[in-house]
Amino acid sequence: MNPTTRRHLEWKFSQVFGERSPDDEILDADRISTVEFDKSGDYVAVGDRGGRIVIFETKDGKNTADQHYSRNQLEQLDYVSLNHPEYRYKTEFQSHEPEFDYLKSLEIEEKINKLKWCTSLSGSLFILSTNDKTIKLWKVKDRKVKKAREIDSPHQLLSSENTLLSEKSFMNEQGIPSFANGNHVESGVNSIFPSQELRSKIANYEDTAYARCRRVYAHAHDFNINSISNNSDGETFISADDLRINLWNLEVSNQSFNIIDMKPSNMEELTEVITSAEFHPIHCNLLAYSSSRGFIRLVDMRQSALCDYSARIFQDEECHGSRSFLTEIVASITDIKFPVDGRHILSRDYMNLKLWDMHMDSSPVATFKIHEHLRPKLCDLYNNDSIFDKFECCLSGDGLHFATGSYSNLLRIFFHGGGSDEGATIEASKDPNSIKNRKPLPRARRSSLSNLTRGFYKQGHESTSVVDEYSLNSSSKLQHLAWHPCTYLIACASGNSLFFYHA
Amino acid sequence: MSTVEAPLYPIAVLIDELKNDDIQLRLNSIRRLSTIARALGEDRTRSELIPFLSENNDDDDEVLLAMAEELGVFVPYVGGVEHAHVLLTPLETLCTVEETCVRDKAVESLCKIGSQMRENDLIERFTPLVKRLAAGEWFTARVSACGLFHIAYPSAPETLKTELRSIYGQLCQDDMPMVRRSAASNLWKFAGTVESAHLKADIMQMFEDLTQDDQDTVRLLAVEGCAALGKLLEPQDCAARILPVIVNFSQDKSWRVRYMVANQLYELCEALGPEPIRTDLLPAYVRLLRDNEAEVRIAAAGKVTKFCQILSPELAIQHILPCVKELSLDSSQHVRAALASVVMGMAPVLGKDATIEQLLPIFLSLLKDEFPDVRLNIISKLDQVNQVIGIDLLSQSLLPAIVELAEDRHWRVRLAIIEYIPLLANQLGVGFFDDKLGGLCMQWLQDKVYSIRDAAAKNLKHLAEEFGPDWAMQHIIPQVLEIANDSHYLHRMTLLRAISLLGPVMGSEITCSKLLPVVVNASKDRVPNIKFNVAKVLQSLISVVDQSVVEKTIRPCLVELSEDPDVDVRYFAVQGLQSIDQVTMSS
Repeated sequence: MNPTTRRHLEWKFSQVFGERSPDDEILDADRISTVEFDKSGDYVAVGDRGGRIVIFETKDGKNTADQHYSRNQLEQLDYVSLNHPEYRYKTEFQSHEPEFDYLKSLEIEEKINKLKWCTSLSGSLFILSTNDKTIKLWKVKDRKVKKAREIDSPHQLLSSENTLLSEKSFMNEQGIPSFANGNHVESGVNSIFPSQELRSKIANYEDTAYARCRRVYAHAHDFNINSISNNSDGETFISADDLRINLWNLEVSNQSFNIIDMKPSNMEELTEVITSAEFHPIHCNLLAYSSSRGFIRLVDMRQSALCDYSARIFQDEECHGSRSFLTEIVASITDIKFPVDGRHILSRDYMNLKLWDMHMDSSPVATFKIHEHLRPKLCDLYNNDSIFDKFECCLSGDGLHFATGSYSNLLRIFFHGGGSDEGATIEASKDPNSIKNRKPLPRARRSSLSNLTRGFYKQGHESTSVVDEYSLNSSSKLQHLAWHPCTYLIACASGNSLFFYHA
Repeated sequence: MSTVEAPLYPIAVLIDELKNDDIQLRLNSIRRLSTIARALGEDRTRSELIPFLSENNDDDDEVLLAMAEELGVFVPYVGGVEHAHVLLTPLETLCTVEETCVRDKAVESLCKIGSQMRENDLIERFTPLVKRLAAGEWFTARVSACGLFHIAYPSAPETLKTELRSIYGQLCQDDMPMVRRSAASNLWKFAGTVESAHLKADIMQMFEDLTQDDQDTVRLLAVEGCAALGKLLEPQDCAARILPVIVNFSQDKSWRVRYMVANQLYELCEALGPEPIRTDLLPAYVRLLRDNEAEVRIAAAGKVTKFCQILSPELAIQHILPCVKELSLDSSQHVRAALASVVMGMAPVLGKDATIEQLLPIFLSLLKDEFPDVRLNIISKLDQVNQVIGIDLLSQSLLPAIVELAEDRHWRVRLAIIEYIPLLANQLGVGFFDDKLGGLCMQWLQDKVYSIRDAAAKNLKHLAEEFGPDWAMQHIIPQVLEIANDSHYLHRMTLLRAISLLGPVMGSEITCSKLLPVVVNASKDRVPNIKFNVAKVLQSLISVVDQSVVEKTIRPCLVELSEDPDVDVRYFAVQGLQSIDQVTMSS
């Protein structure tokens, strides 16, 4: 692909899971709270407010190792697969249950705040998931379930080995005249441990994925966990809550190290909280975290055991030109992401999507305005708390395209070098015509530069009660999304539906 | 098979339970795998049990772990060394599972088996297994492979050896950091089996690659192996190849790496001659003692004494002592505590003059530290200083600190100091002890915290043992017995506790004349808790005093208590009476 085609990606609808009609009430528990692709893109996992994790896998060809490696190579060749992957339901399991902390009289919801894929080993899938307080490591494995076709006489099955053992091996040996000779028994009953082929006669195999909780990393967070992130060393991960970041070893669940502590000794002096934290994808010692004051801090863990002094602070000085109560709120960064090469940082705040160069901390290299049309309405948005909505962001595997969500189920996609209004806008649709159709008609449309966005703005301006439109009706917020690691494919969640778009 | 003595039925049950749904039963069966194997006999173990186990790799980790462990000692059950290779198959699968501890155990078992195998089998069976694992699709296999090379290598023919070395080299550059970590931590084992020519060329190259790894965690492990690797090399090679790496590491950007160096430096010194220690390692160590990161200083401070021991006293005084002074005033309490726990050991190294002149002020400042752990660490090593500076000086400077600690508001600190009192008594001798510490020991008996009162009672017993019954009669017993009139029932309980401990030490005579009357008197206490404790104490004194005293004094008292309105009192009184009967019967 040459750069020009990269700019103008044709975004098309690919798939949807959990499609619903507009009248359907969504159960709160069914709302998707996080979406994540695994490293190869063969799997995508979704966590919801009900504490469940649903895993989808690609339809064509599972991830054999060969394919895995070839994918890596393809990536290096800068090749983007023309056939975009399609997904099918694989399995689902209950990761967290609602709990009650009796010491603090605090209800702990089961909502999955974040989930991350771990390096897969020996063919099983590993997922870290977290709610507000507890992180869990899940292993999802395809198990071949043996199903006995029929059991003629369960008693015989149970006891055959015993008779065998007693008759053949021992009674003979011990000189008791046996009523059946050993050879006969051997041919008749079969051996104690049935061989593979023999077992396949009485049993057939069935693939079922099952999930098992391998480790629980608990009791390390006083505040609510907002992010978890795996280190490139494959051994450790961090978990961040509002004021602290802890470092864990994946294999040690009873010990963690506090590496960042922003808690002031007097809570009244609290000025900022951690909103998101992520490890650098390549350098195991670097970690970035964002704050509610609009800072992104980059920390070098090599310097000190306690990383309170950041190596770099990324701060958009323009943003802090005209300060007011509301501009300080909207400056809060809701999500940060590293691209695969780790050269940039993508950040999302309430108003903008910003791309930072790791070598330039004074201002972002690109700013994409998402919610500029809401600026006059900030006061209303504050009154109904919408101003605190947290939108995520994501990047394509090549690091050239960025996506984030907005109200009205809008998905905004931008590219490196393009301006704010050159991006694509897609409505994650709920097509009323498709109530009966399982597959809705593709509704994805690429904005031809201005028409759609203008229409979008117009809609915003004309609306008599904009606040209603962007109100607490969270079913129309597109907050959670993820980009396929190798191809132009975005998974985004709206309410309980998961939409896939590809280019 | 004829040796089988075990009844058949249990064995059949065990076999059945290998496939049971209940993990506990499976686990139980696996743990008794050797019994099953013995019952089956060698042939059937080889042809049936082992293939079954090889397929059984989908189980819970606990079961797999137990299996990996059992298989390590299974050689006799499969027919001895010539059949040992059948065990490789199940262990090979276990080497690839995702749970680290299972893999580690499987590797350990493979090493055990491999070291017994015949050379031919090693070449034909074991080495191919190592190669298969090293080329494994999942990194778990490759991680396990790293730990097996040192078994396969020695018996391999020349061409195979070359191949193994090159495979190991590839593992050191694997894409997965987990594999590189495993390669780094096993390098020294493998290096130990490699011929010295290749050691200098191939292995050192791998080592250097690992020391330049991007991942901190890989470099860390490379440091760990430094000392072991250094010992394999000639001192001059070690100085030329390892020393620069270590010196470099001691200035690594990552504090974790420096921490590791601080921990390992002493080990490495043993591999090097005195000259490089003086010129290179000493400056590196001094840098670590002054590191920016407290964790590194903690590790370095903990090695101060060991490091001084390999230096000449002049060097230690000249270079290390100034650092020790700084560390004793360190801003981190943990650094000071680490220093305090070893600094006493420097006294014998430096000699009396330097100790009094230079070390004593450091001891004293640490003894006055605001952080109790620091003070305690000093006191726990008192005997070492005593040997050097003598008791007069010691007691003079120590006592105030001890008295202060004895009244510390953290009860754990008080507890710790009580535990050191017998040691102090031993070092200070009777005279000093009476003057200064006797009062404290009594004071603790009336502490607000139970653990302290209990420890104080035990302490009295230790003191009585240390200084003898006569001294105790004079200095302990009168004060203790006074507590009987205390208005607080918890204090009176402590008295009973002390009596039950002191009785056996003081002997029959004093117990009868002094202690027993107090106990009997206490049986008329108005608090039931006291009364049933009286019953317990009486029970414990039965073995101390004469039979006649038991019958004359203890039994009547217990009989009376056994009619008490309180159920607990009756219960313990009856117990006491029963044990009297037992003693009477047995005698």
